[in-house]
Amino acid sequence: MNFDPSVFWHYLFYGPIVDGAKLTLIMAVVSQTIGIVLGLFLALGRLSRSKLPVWRWLSGIYIWLFRGTPLLVQLLFVYDAIPQMTGESIVLGSITSGIIALSLNEGAYMAEIIRAGIQSVDPGQVEAAKALGMTYTKTMRRVVLPQAVRFVIPPTGNEFISMLKNTSLAEVVSAQELLYNTQQVYANNFFYFELLSVAALWYLAMTTVATWIQSRLEQRVEYRNTIPNRGGLFGFAFPGMHRG
Amino acid sequence: MASERPLMVQVEDVHKRFGPLEVLKGINMTVRKGETIVIIGPSGSGKSTLLRTINHLERIDKGRILVDGQLMGYRETAHGIKELPERVVARQREMVGMVFQRFNLFPHMTALGNVMEAPIHVRGLKRRDAIQQATELLNKVGLGQKLASYPHELSGGQQQRVAIARALAMEPAVMMFDEATSALDPELVGEVLNVMEQLAHEGMTMLVVTHEMGFAREAADNVLFMDGGVVVEEGTPEAIFDHPRTERARAFLRAVLQSSRDER
Ligand SMILES: Nc1ncnc2c1ncn2[C@@H]1O[C@H](COP(=O)(O)OP(=O)(O)OP(=O)(O)O)[C@@H](O)[C@H]1O
Ligand SMILES: [Mg+2]
Repeated sequence: MNFDPSVFWHYLFYGPIVDGAKLTLIMAVVSQTIGIVLGLFLALGRLSRSKLPVWRWLSGIYIWLFRGTPLLVQLLFVYDAIPQMTGESIVLGSITSGIIALSLNEGAYMAEIIRAGIQSVDPGQVEAAKALGMTYTKTMRRVVLPQAVRFVIPPTGNEFISMLKNTSLAEVVSAQELLYNTQQVYANNFFYFELLSVAALWYLAMTTVATWIQSRLEQRVEYRNTIPNRGGLFGFAFPGMHRG
Repeated sequence: MASERPLMVQVEDVHKRFGPLEVLKGINMTVRKGETIVIIGPSGSGKSTLLRTINHLERIDKGRILVDGQLMGYRETAHGIKELPERVVARQREMVGMVFQRFNLFPHMTALGNVMEAPIHVRGLKRRDAIQQATELLNKVGLGQKLASYPHELSGGQQQRVAIARALAMEPAVMMFDEATSALDPELVGEVLNVMEQLAHEGMTMLVVTHEMGFAREAADNVLFMDGGVVVEEGTPEAIFDHPRTERARAFLRAVLQSSRDER
């Protein structure tokens, strides 16, 4: 095994690598944001008790579809199959395809997280809000969602960490994110070990910062002293098991 | 004299079933303006369900309910009775304040925030006016020092008094209390009952489910004894407590007296 530290240091802040890391971060933040908004609507759809169950059904089908198929397949669908289906009238760039696929996929997972969060709120809260004359929308906005946030933040943090790593799948559609650019470099100089270490370190740096932000957010929404703070020093680094 | 006061709540032949279980089997009752009516009865007799039908937290299967002359939750059409859209029901619920056994305060808001919430976001009060009103109400229930406290920082009795202030802030025509003191430690019951008695004496129209005989004797104009989804007996507190006519009422009162003695 020969690991050349000078190569490692040379490429750690090499222009294309840093640009790749930036794109990875942007794709993850944008996709996660869209995923949360999408997830909220899907969750409300799943929970809707309206006499017209269309919204509920559509949400159910959506979640079934996007959780039940690989993200990579969804990505290739957006990038390769949509142009074919639309007779080349819709052709999406690699970054756009990546963001769309990641967002759509994330929406399905966030839907389940937000639904569970809403269901964790004491039904007595809804009763009290209704008894005060609040409509469904007001009750959700003012009473239920602010409380659901506490249940939603920890799993959302985990989702975001997965998201940071899943952006690397966009490499297959040539989005110039961190992994793609890394591969471009070692394809020419064959320093696999050093360059993959560089990429790994960047991913680790980003996920560590994300975990730290998550733990800060968790503390900020704390208002009951009955719920213990998790972790201690470095407690934030081990938020539990997760897929991906 | 009391019988000439306008009717605030009219419950007429109300039936309610949960699946195969008929919980209310034709309830008739009225509350007049300024009256305090106490409902007693064994567990499962339908007391909570009755209160919940009055502000339409629960649909009814038959009969009708009027609050301040308005048909609650429904409108009469040429083709029979139709449920009102939720926006309209929400407006109707403003007329009825409700206090729950388990307080149900909003844990993410301070005492002041809890009381101001509905005036601002439902009635559209200006923030400044809402703060003033909420402060006055919290003073009234003896919590002027606790405006900035969160529910988890308050005792059960204090939380329930905030809940009362929160309901009063909507200036309801009727206040309903569903076993408002039964989740409290015995030593905290008094402070909540005092507030309720004060309200009754100030002329608030109240419908109170409670097993506190002392409160009923002190504040109630009438007591209803419910069992098995019907009103079995109705009368003044003295008539019901001292001279119950039915064996069911006698048995229930014996049991309640026994358990309150055990607590002391
Ligand atoms: N949402 C519901 N679904 C099914 N059954 C219900 C529901 N709510 C109440 N019930 C049933 O209706 C009956 C009456 O309940 P209710 O809560 O009105 O009684 P209660 O007189 O308030 O009793 P308690 O003194 O225990 O509070 C009970 O048998 C209860 O199990
Ligand atoms: Mg009850």
